[in-house]
Amino acid sequence: MSIIATSVPPPEAPGASARVPGGPAGAVPGPLRFVGRALRTLWSNGKARTGLIVLGVIILVAIFAPLLAPDSPTATNFTPYLGPSGTNWLGTTGNGQDVFSQLIYGARISLIVGLCAGALATLVAVTFGLISGYRPGLVDEVLSFATNLALVVPGLPLMIVLTAYIQGHSVWTIVLVVAFTSWATGARVIRSQVKTLRAREFVTSAVFSGERMFRVAFREILPNMTSLVAASFFAAATAAVLAEASLEFLGLGNPATVSWGTILYAAQQQNALLTGQWLMVLAPGLAIVLLMVSFTLINFGVDALSNPRLREK
Amino acid sequence: MGYILRKVVLFIITLWAAITLVFILPRLMPGSPVDAALGKLASAGVPITNAERAAIEAQLGAPHTNLLAQYGDYWKSIATLRFGTSYSFPTQTVALTIGKALPWTLFIVGTTTILAFIIGTLLGVYAGWRRGKLADSSVTIGATFFGAFPPFWLGLLLLYWLSFKYGWFPIKGGYDPGITPDWSLSFMGNALYHSVLPGLTLAITTLSGWVFGMRNNMINTLGEDYVTFAEANGLRSRTVALLYAARNALLPNVTAFGLALGAVIGGTVLVEGVYSYPGVGNLLYLAVTNHDFPLMQALFLVITLSMLVAIFVVDLLYVRLDPRVRSST
Repeated sequence: MSIIATSVPPPEAPGASARVPGGPAGAVPGPLRFVGRALRTLWSNGKARTGLIVLGVIILVAIFAPLLAPDSPTATNFTPYLGPSGTNWLGTTGNGQDVFSQLIYGARISLIVGLCAGALATLVAVTFGLISGYRPGLVDEVLSFATNLALVVPGLPLMIVLTAYIQGHSVWTIVLVVAFTSWATGARVIRSQVKTLRAREFVTSAVFSGERMFRVAFREILPNMTSLVAASFFAAATAAVLAEASLEFLGLGNPATVSWGTILYAAQQQNALLTGQWLMVLAPGLAIVLLMVSFTLINFGVDALSNPRLREK
Repeated sequence: MGYILRKVVLFIITLWAAITLVFILPRLMPGSPVDAALGKLASAGVPITNAERAAIEAQLGAPHTNLLAQYGDYWKSIATLRFGTSYSFPTQTVALTIGKALPWTLFIVGTTTILAFIIGTLLGVYAGWRRGKLADSSVTIGATFFGAFPPFWLGLLLLYWLSFKYGWFPIKGGYDPGITPDWSLSFMGNALYHSVLPGLTLAITTLSGWVFGMRNNMINTLGEDYVTFAEANGLRSRTVALLYAARNALLPNVTAFGLALGAVIGGTVLVEGVYSYPGVGNLLYLAVTNHDFPLMQALFLVITLSMLVAIFVVDLLYVRLDPRVRSST
């Protein structure tokens, strides 16, 4: 999934308005107020609103999984290989577990992997992009080369090789591997944005007033790229959800954890399609699609924030 | 000329870095991939000669020797295409195994990338031109959904309904098991028939990148002054959209080829496994499920090199497309 606002002119970022220098400190702390405003702006975009609602439902399902699921996701209570029925809506696995309960609990892993790997990849992207864009010359050359290298090495095969070499297959292995392989697109976009912001007057004046480099980069430039950073985050999170499901489908996940990817892996192992249990394939896949679509829809709103031409009328 | 020279130098450095990355990876990892590989080979009943051991150690690391010497051996083994023996296919060399699979994947990746590019770009032009209208929303929402389809999942579903349930397409493989591969027309037809579903799966799941890229480029281009001028001249809006805006919006989309290729290659790995298509992706799937490190290592190298070459070719073609690139140094 590409970051949609790659070739847009420097935006009049709405983040700028949030950075009120020396503004009166209200009762609500600054960051919270900022998040509230960002959410309100996103809410006004139809697509982003749909995405936020879908994501909210998935988060609620993940939190209240023990209340919603009819059975334990790991207990082998039922006859194996059952088709859909009143008690097992999506049938049972080869070990006699309830697939519907697994689907509900699976939301937790996909959310954790998507959000954590997305956040980690964005952290790397922001750090690389900021430093690289702000320090032209050797530092930029080296970091840009690393970014370009990470861009051209095919992502999924690299993830597969890395996960295969690392022996213990926990969820956190996958988070690290996915974050390690998917920061490059964001870093490149952020770097080019920093390069244009660097030439602006407010940065020059901050430099002349004697601010140190890191302060200028992180306190002056970064707040003006909030929407870009958010877009990188959601793009990375989307990619992470897909990557996690793919790795687990290939059998590189931990089969003991219950996630949408491992349900698909189990379905493939027990030839669920040939035995007519196609719901066991359809349902977890649809869940993955819904989560990814919600991220992408939110990103439409974020893109519209940064590029007025993309805004809905 | 400066542009091409810079691209060549960058290509060579990237090539070196990618090959070195493949050298470093197994040596950083816990455990000994070499012992695992040799153990598996022995249990597969393959006699392990000294040359065999040396080839595998050159790829995966020999624990007690100098790293620099290992690096030299590694380059030698790559230059001579000696990747050791894989235990998934103990009767032939890894190079031969991959060589046989490569044309299949090149064919399917090539055709689907071009197909997805054409269809996706056209849809993007259409959505950008009719932006804000119903057509735009349906294309955008549709592409969002199709782009979120995990390739293996769509592959499984298509396989179930179109092959298994209705029997319109073959269940597995790259050609019917009874016939031998040659260049005859009947074999080509058979192979083409087998590649429809894997190709379709890949094209559908990689379409969305082109749609979004082209739609955004179109919207940005349609806001330019020369487009307004063309409209003010009374040209039909379709002429303006296709001949004025789309032509210029297309250019930045071509640079996305490299990234798009990464997505297609990732998809191939997953889709070929589902359809048992005899390509590189299916080999990687087998290598991973069998913990076949020599084969996996060599496959990753081949996949990365192919991608680098493809991006390099696109970069060179871009010079022909955009005269501005040629003049800038």
